[in-house]
Amino acid sequence: MSHKNKSIYVGVDVGASRTKVAVLDSDKNMIGHAIRKSGTDFQQTAEICLASALEMAGVAADKITSTISTGYGRKNVSFTNSTKTEIGCHAKGAYHYFPMAITVLDIGGQDNKVIRLDDRGRRLNFKMNRKCAAGTGAFLEEMSLRLDIPLEEMDALARESTGMVELGSFCTVFSATEVLEKIRQGKKVPDIVKGLFFSVIKRVLEMDIMSGKVVMTGGVVAHNPYLVEMVREISKMDVSTPEYPQLAGAVGASLFAMED
Amino acid sequence: MSDEKKADRRQFASGKILKKIMADHFYELDEASRTGSRKVAWCTSVGPAELLRGMGFLVYFPENHGAMLGSTRMSTEVIPSANAIGYSPDICSYLTSDIGAYLQKKTPLKAAYNIESVPKPDVLVFNTNQCRDVKDWFNWYAEEFKAPVMGVHTHRELGDIKGYQISDIAKQIEELVPGLEKVTGKKFDMDQFKEAVEFSRRTSELWRACLESASAIPSPWTFFDATIHMGPAVVARGTKEAVEYYEILLAELQDRIKNKVGAIENEKHRIYWDGMPVWGKLRSLSEQFVSLNTCVVASTYCNSWIFDQLDPKDPFGSMGRAYLELFIVRDEDFKEKYMRDCFEKYKFTGIIFHDAKTCPNNSNNRYGLPERLSRHFGIPQLTINGDLNDLRCYSEEQAKTNIEAFIEQLDERA
Repeated sequence: MSHKNKSIYVGVDVGASRTKVAVLDSDKNMIGHAIRKSGTDFQQTAEICLASALEMAGVAADKITSTISTGYGRKNVSFTNSTKTEIGCHAKGAYHYFPMAITVLDIGGQDNKVIRLDDRGRRLNFKMNRKCAAGTGAFLEEMSLRLDIPLEEMDALARESTGMVELGSFCTVFSATEVLEKIRQGKKVPDIVKGLFFSVIKRVLEMDIMSGKVVMTGGVVAHNPYLVEMVREISKMDVSTPEYPQLAGAVGASLFAMED
Repeated sequence: MSDEKKADRRQFASGKILKKIMADHFYELDEASRTGSRKVAWCTSVGPAELLRGMGFLVYFPENHGAMLGSTRMSTEVIPSANAIGYSPDICSYLTSDIGAYLQKKTPLKAAYNIESVPKPDVLVFNTNQCRDVKDWFNWYAEEFKAPVMGVHTHRELGDIKGYQISDIAKQIEELVPGLEKVTGKKFDMDQFKEAVEFSRRTSELWRACLESASAIPSPWTFFDATIHMGPAVVARGTKEAVEYYEILLAELQDRIKNKVGAIENEKHRIYWDGMPVWGKLRSLSEQFVSLNTCVVASTYCNSWIFDQLDPKDPFGSMGRAYLELFIVRDEDFKEKYMRDCFEKYKFTGIIFHDAKTCPNNSNNRYGLPERLSRHFGIPQLTINGDLNDLRCYSEEQAKTNIEAFIEQLDERA
C-alpha cells in the first residue's frame, strides 16, 4: 500500500459518549478509523479503538509518528504525545474539509459547540452549551427511552412527519412532560420526533450568530442526517457535513499531531 | 500535555502577616462575642465600616465568612438547609451558605481558628449598594439574635453621579449615628470617625497601588493572589494594621517589578477576569492558568474595595461618594468605559466573564458587554458558567475545557 512509507498520525477523541480514532497519512488521507462506546475505562477503550483503526489502515502501532488526544477523556490516554481541546480539534477537522470562513455546529452526546472560524481557519469565537442537556445527544437519548423508540429509528420517523409538534421548554425533564401531553392529545409519533429534532436545533442555533458556511459535525448529526436538512431549511444558510461527521474531532487531532 | 505541567505558584513573604491579621480579627471578635467586652457590628463588605470603627465597634463582615464557606467548599453541603427554609437556590449563595451554615451549626472558623461560631451581633448595618440580598440576609440574623438592624438604601444603575445622590447617601449614613449611639451607650466622637476614614483612605490608596502593579509586564501577581490578599482591605479597612500591611505588600510587589519577577513563569497571555471568584475552585483555576503560562492580571472584583474618595475633611460626604461610585452601582455605559480604561492600563489580550448563577449583580456578561468589548478591542472573550459558592452550578470539566480552548485561541493569534 502506498502509505506504508509515509508518516502516520493518529487522533483520539475520547468523548463523553463515544471514543473515535482517526489515522491519517502524511498526505492527510484518512486511512483508518474506528468508533466505540467510551464506557468507563477510557484508556482501554482508546486502545481497542486504536487497534481497530490501525488494522483498517494496515499499519503497525510502532509506525505511528505522533498522536494527539482530545475530548473529555483526553488526559486518560496514555499513548498520546499531547492533548488539545475538542473545541480546537473540531474546528481543525471541519476546516480541513471546508477550508473557508465557516461556523462549526458540533452536536455531541453530552455537549454542543458553536465555533466560528475565519478564512484562515483561526477561531474567532466559540461557545459551548451551558450546563444542561438541552440541544445535545443526551436529550434525544432520554426521549428515545421515554417514547420507547430506538435511537436509530428516530431519523426515519422524523422524515415521515406531516405536522411537526412544537416543544417550548429548555429543560429535558419539562420537555418530557410536554411530550407526554402531546401523546395524550393524540399527536402522531413522527410529528413528536420531528419536534424533538427541532428542539435540539433551536437550542444550538440560539447559542451564537452563524456566519459563512455552516459545517455540522458530531455523532448526533452522523446518526440523524435529517437534522442537517432541517438546519438548512430553518437557517436558509449553506449547510454541509464532512463525510464522517462523528470523526471530525479525531481528524482535527490527527492534523494537530502532524504539526506537533 | 500542557494542562498537566506542574504549577509553580510564587508565594508572598507578607502572607504570614496577612494570616496574623485575619486570625487576630476573628479572635478579637470571638472574645468580644463571648465576654461582651466590646460591641460587635455586622457590616456588609462595602457598607459604612468607617463609621462603625469610628464609633468603637469591632466590625464583622458576613460576606467574608461566606467566602470562607465557599473556599473551604462547605457551602455546597450547607446551602440546602437555607433552601429548605425558603431561601431559593437562585438567590445569593453567600446568603444561603451563611444561613445554612448557621442552621447546621457549622463554620470554617472552627478548623481555621478553633472558633465555635460566628460572633453575636449587637447591631447589623447594611448597604444595598451591592444588592437587596444583603438586607434580607441581615434581617434574618436580626430576628435570630434579636439585634437592631439598620442600613443605607442606595440608588442603582447610575451613570453620572449627581450631587443630590451623594448628599442622600451621606445623610443616610449620618442618620445611622443616633441608633448606633444607643447600642454603644457612648456619644459619637467625630475625631475618632475622621481617624477611621483617614486609615481607610490610606488603605484604599495602597490597595489600588498594589492592584495597579499588575500593569507591569510581567505582572508581579495574579487575580488569584489578590483575592487572598484583599482580606485586610475588606475586614480591616479603617485600621492602622491594614495600612501597615499594604505598605509591606506594595514594597514586595515593587521589588518583584524591579527584579522582573513575574507571578507566572514565562507570562505568555494576560487576561482580565470579570465577576466573582469561584471560591471553591480558586486553587485549581489558579494552577490551570499557571500551567497555561497565562496571568489573570486584573479583575473588576478586587477593584471593588478601592475607596480613595474618602476624605477625613468631609467624612460623611466622602463616604457617600465612595460607596456610590462603586462599579456595581453603575450603569452599563459606565461599566463598559471602566473596562476600556482597564484595557489601556493592564494590556490584557483576552477577557473572561464569570456568569455566577446566584449573583446577577456581579455577572456583567448578561447584557451584551462581552461582545461589545470584544468588538471594540479586537480581542476574544469567554464566558464561563458557575457560581461564587454553589458548586452545584459549576461544571469543572466544562469550565476548564473552555479556558484551555480559550488559551489555544489566544495561541493561534500570537
